[in-house]
Amino acid sequence: MSCIEQMKYTILLQRISFKEAREYIEKNSEEVYYVSPGYKIFKDYYIIGVPPIAVGVKGSALIFPYTKPCHGSFVLSIENEDSIKEINRLREAGEGKVTALSKKGKPPESSKAPLTSYGDMWKNNT
Amino acid sequence: MTGAKVLLMMGCPEIPIQTSIALYLSHKLTKSGFDVTVAGTAAASKLLKVSDPDGYYVKKLVDLDKTIVNIIEKRTSFDLCFAFMHNDAGMTYATTMSSISQARMYSIVFGRNAEALAETIEFDCEKIVAQDAHNPVRLKNKLDKVIEEIVK
Repeated sequence: MSCIEQMKYTILLQRISFKEAREYIEKNSEEVYYVSPGYKIFKDYYIIGVPPIAVGVKGSALIFPYTKPCHGSFVLSIENEDSIKEINRLREAGEGKVTALSKKGKPPESSKAPLTSYGDMWKNNT
Repeated sequence: MTGAKVLLMMGCPEIPIQTSIALYLSHKLTKSGFDVTVAGTAAASKLLKVSDPDGYYVKKLVDLDKTIVNIIEKRTSFDLCFAFMHNDAGMTYATTMSSISQARMYSIVFGRNAEALAETIEFDCEKIVAQDAHNPVRLKNKLDKVIEEIVK
């Protein structure tokens, strides 16, 4: 169990495909940063995901994808002192940043495969 | 390749053939001289432990998330990785493994939506795909051919 499950979080979306999680974060964040799989946030959570992994900022909340093997992907939001530290770390690194004004464009790397049809399919089978 | 470190990465055990194929593959690769580790979720690991209580087929059974952390932190590494997947989360885990590890990747894609799921895989790997959920024979036969090539 990672530290995330012991923190106070809000589930923004649940049991979705990873692509849907990325799209939600891109559309609903004031700032979007792209990180690699295994990027560490908070004390011990290494993000599981398909690159480019979008991590969003909304006020002082960090919005990020969280994937569990049996339950699919979730979009979680955490707003506390630690989320502010994580946001500052992303801002300092600054790579792959897309601001709210420009985020209607494509992310730094676009996914090759169209996942939408599959996402719909697997949701119907769970 | 004898002696090479192999990781079998199990996902959600909802589809029955995953457990039998993991046991089979672990045994076959171990007999062929590979150093095999099986990583799974808590439920997938329990299914394996109950099926193989004395660890005859699976010598090393570890936690999936801890293994991912250990690879990221460079505490362990593998030469080959067989990633089981039947849903988007399984594909997402395998993509992460491909990104954090230098292992040669093999994607074992199964279940009713196997072909559509296999199409979503973006990382470099060999895909072993069988649209089966209960009968493991077709997937086993495909894996036998892959192992034959590996041990050549």
